[in-house]
Amino acid sequence: MAVALELSKKKWTGQVREVVLGATEAEGGTRSRTVTAGGENTLPFLDFEAPVPNPPRIAVEIVDRKPNDWSPILIETWGAVMDDPAEWAKAVEKLDVDLLLLRISLMDSEGKETTADKARASVRKVLDATGLPLIVFGPGQTDKDIEILVAVAEEAAGERIVLGVCDDKNYKTIVAAAMAHGHLVDARTAMDVNLAKQLNILISDVGLALNRVLMDPTTAALGYGVEYGYSAMERLRLAALQGDKMTQQPMLVTPGEEAWRMKEAKVGEDVPSSWGDWEERAISWETLTASTLIHSGADIVVLRHPESVHRVKSMISNLWKKGE
Amino acid sequence: MALTGLEIYKLLPKTNCKDCGFPTCLAFAMKLAAKQAELAACPHVSDEAKAALESAAAPPIRLISFGDAEQRIQVGNETELYRHDKSFFHKPGLLVRVRDDQPLEEVERLVSEIDSYSVDYVGQTLSLDGIAVQSVSKDPATFAKYVGAVRGKTKRPLMLMTDDAEVMKAGLAEVAGTTPLVYAANSDNWEAMAALAKEHKAPLAVTADGLEPLVEVVGHVRGAGVEDIVIDPQARAFDDSLEVLTQIRRLALQAKPDRLLGYPVITFAGEGSEGAAEESMLAAQQIVKYAGLVVMDHFDPAVAYPLLALRQNIYTDPRQPVQVTPGIYEINAPGKDHQLLITTNFSITYFSVANEVESSGIPAWLLIADSEGLSVLTGWAAGKFDADKIATTVKTSGIADKIGHRKLVIPGAVSVLSGELEDELDGWEIMVGPREAVDIPNFMKLWKA
Ligand code: B12
Ligand code: SF4
Repeated sequence: MAVALELSKKKWTGQVREVVLGATEAEGGTRSRTVTAGGENTLPFLDFEAPVPNPPRIAVEIVDRKPNDWSPILIETWGAVMDDPAEWAKAVEKLDVDLLLLRISLMDSEGKETTADKARASVRKVLDATGLPLIVFGPGQTDKDIEILVAVAEEAAGERIVLGVCDDKNYKTIVAAAMAHGHLVDARTAMDVNLAKQLNILISDVGLALNRVLMDPTTAALGYGVEYGYSAMERLRLAALQGDKMTQQPMLVTPGEEAWRMKEAKVGEDVPSSWGDWEERAISWETLTASTLIHSGADIVVLRHPESVHRVKSMISNLWKKGE
Repeated sequence: MALTGLEIYKLLPKTNCKDCGFPTCLAFAMKLAAKQAELAACPHVSDEAKAALESAAAPPIRLISFGDAEQRIQVGNETELYRHDKSFFHKPGLLVRVRDDQPLEEVERLVSEIDSYSVDYVGQTLSLDGIAVQSVSKDPATFAKYVGAVRGKTKRPLMLMTDDAEVMKAGLAEVAGTTPLVYAANSDNWEAMAALAKEHKAPLAVTADGLEPLVEVVGHVRGAGVEDIVIDPQARAFDDSLEVLTQIRRLALQAKPDRLLGYPVITFAGEGSEGAAEESMLAAQQIVKYAGLVVMDHFDPAVAYPLLALRQNIYTDPRQPVQVTPGIYEINAPGKDHQLLITTNFSITYFSVANEVESSGIPAWLLIADSEGLSVLTGWAAGKFDADKIATTVKTSGIADKIGHRKLVIPGAVSVLSGELEDELDGWEIMVGPREAVDIPNFMKLWKA
C-alpha cells in the first residue's frame, strides 16, 4: 500500500524587507562590502516554501575601552586587543563575520564620562581599521545616547551604519540623525508585538524609509527568559509573513550580551559541579541562546566569543542553502 | 482533528428518539462537538460510529510512554505548531547512546555518570532521561550482555537499537519487568519487530528514509496491532531535520495522511553533526523544533545543563509565568540582627537571588513581593514592583516584628526607587544592592546591623 503524501506548503502573502548595511566607496562610504539582511518569505530556513535570499548575519560586539564587567573568559580570549578598539576590530574582521558592533561605554577607562568627541574618535578609529559594516550602540541612557549617537552619525556620514538603540524615548532625534547622514536605526522595544509595530510606525512617520530600520524586539538569555524573546519574535515574523507591513523589518538581537551577563557564563568558581567545564558551558550558553533566536526569526545576532561565532556560523552554513 | 457537529450528526442513528436526553440527534451532536456531552449517553450508536468518533477525539499526536512507573519518558500529545498559541506540553526525552562494541567498563562508567547526573535549575531538579543501547556487534549474546550491564547501572528508561529481531529478542529478555522503546521496525523487519513489541507491550519505533516510505511502514505495524509508535524519518542533518520535523508536525495536526504521522518523532543529533559542539547545536534545534526524543552521542555536563535549561524554557506554559509564593523566606537561619533583602516572586528572579544568598552562607531574610510573576525591571515597568508595592509588602508582611533593625536592601536595578521608598517607609533606611545576583555574596559581607 503506497501512501500518497501531499506536503504542507504555506503560501505566505508577506515578505520581510531587505535592509542593506554599510556603504562601499561607490555608494559614498568606505566599507569593503555591504551586507544585506532579511528578505525572507517563509519561516527560518523553510526553503521548500520559498527561497531564503539571505542567511542570518553575525555581528561581533566590541567596546570602545576594555570593559570592566565582562566575563574573565572573554577578557582572556580577546586579550591585549581589548585595549584598542582598532586592534579589536581587526581581530574581529579576521573571524570572517558579517558585521561589527561598537559599543560606546558610559565611562572611559579613567572613570570619566565619555564625551561625544571621544565617541567620534573611537568610531573613526574603527572605521579606518576595518572594512566591515558597522553598528554603533550608545551607553544605554537616553540623554547620553542622544548626545553620542548624534555625533557618531555625523562622524560616519555616508557609511550607512546602524545607530542603536533607538527606542520610544529617543527615536525622534536618532531618526533625524540617521536621515541627515544616511544611516539606519535599530528600533528596540520590550518583547511585545504591538510595541515593536508601534515604534516602526513612529519611525516611519518621522520620515525614515523602512528599508533603513532594523527591529530589535529585545531578548533574554537562555535560562533567564529566552522563551519570551523566542515567542515575541516568532509572532512578529508570522505577522510579517501574513502581510502586516509594519512588522516586516529584519530582526536584530543580542544573545552575546545577554548570555555573558549570566552567572553560568560569568562565574567559574563556587558553582555546582553539575555545571561542568566553565568555558564550554559559557560558550554553549551563548550559542544555544543564539540558535534558539535564529530559529524564531533573528536576521542579525550579535555575539561575543570567537568560538561561538565559529559554531553559529557552521550551524547557519548547515541550514542555509544559498538562496536556492 | 476534532469533528464538527454536522460531521458527528452523520454518524448518529438520526432517529431523534431522545434517549440521550436531547430533543434530536442533531442537538446531541452539537453538544458533543462542544464537548458538553458524552457519547455514552446515546445507547443506540453503532460500534463503527463509536470507533470513528473516538479516533477523531484522540489527540493529533499520540502520547507515548516507556520506562517504568517511577522513571518514565512520556512524549507526544502536542497540539500546537507555535508555543504562543497555547503551549508545548511534553518535554522531549533526552537520551545518550552507547554501543555494544565499546569497552564494557567504559559503557558502565558513562551510564553511571549519566544516571547520577542532575542539575538544579530554578528550584527544579533536571536530569537526562534515558539510555539508548545499540547493537553494532549484531550478536544476540553480546547485545544481551550490554543491555544487562546498562540495566544494572540505571533504572532510567532504555531504548534498544537493532534491526535484527533475534538480537532484539535477546536484549528484551534482559529488561523484563520494564518497558523499553524498541528501535526499530523498517520495511523489511516490521512483522517480526511488531510481534516483539506486542509481546513485550513496548512502544515501537518505525524508521524509513523519507515520509512516504515511513507512513507505509507505520501503516503495516498499525495493521499488525501496534498502537504505541515513535517515528524516525531519518532526517539527520540540520536542514533536513528542521524541514521534515516541521512537515510532520503540520501534517500530524491536520491528521494527515490518515493519522499515520501522529506520533512523536525521534532524532539522532549525533548522526547529523560532527563532534560534540555541533551535536549540541543540532540537539538544541530539535528541542525547539518538534522532536519528541533526541538521542545524543556525547555526554558533557557543560552541555547537558544548557540543553536541559533550554528544554525547560521552551516547554514552560506561556500563559502563566512561573511564580513562587510571596512572603518571608528565611535563609541560613537568620536572627533579628541579620540583613533583609527584597525581590519579586518571578521564579527565575527568586531563585537567582535565593541561591546567592544561600551560597554566601550568611543568614538573611528574603522578602518576596507579589509582582504577579514579573521580574524586577518588568515588574517595575508594569507597576507591580514599584515603591508602593515594596512599601506595602514591607508593612503588611510582618517582617518588622521579626527583625531589630530597619534596613532594607533593594535590587540594584531599581536603585531609583530608594528616595521614594524612604518617604513611604518612615524610619527605614533603604540600601541599594548590586545589579546582578552574582555579586550579592560580596555585598552581604559588608553588612553591619
Ligand atoms: C522577559 C521580559 C519580559 C517578559 C516578562 C518576564 C517576567 N516574568 O517577568 C514579558 C515579555 C511579559 C515582558 C513584558 C514587559 N516588559 Co519586559 N523584559 C523582559 C526581559 C527581556 C528579561 C527580564 C528577565 O526575566 N530577567 C531575568 C531576571 C532574573 O532578572 P531580574 O528580575 O532583574 O533579577 C536579576 C537582578 O535584578 C538581580 N536581583 C533580583 N532581585 C534582587 C534583589 C536584590 C536585593 C539584589 C541585590 C539583586 C536582585 O538578580 C537577578 C539576576 O542577576 C527584560 C530585558 C532584559 N534583557 O533584561 C525586559 C524589560 C525588563 N521589560 C521592560 C518592559 C518596559 C516591559 C513592559 C512594560 C513592556 C510593555 N509596555 O508591555 C511589559 C510589562 C509586563 C506587563 N505589563 O505584563 C523593560 C523595563 C524598562 C525599565 N527599565 O523600566 C526591559 C528592561 C526591556 C527594555 N530594555 O525595555 N518583559
Ligand atoms: S439517543 Fe442517540 S439516537 Fe436517540 S436522539 Fe439521542 S443521539 Fe439520536
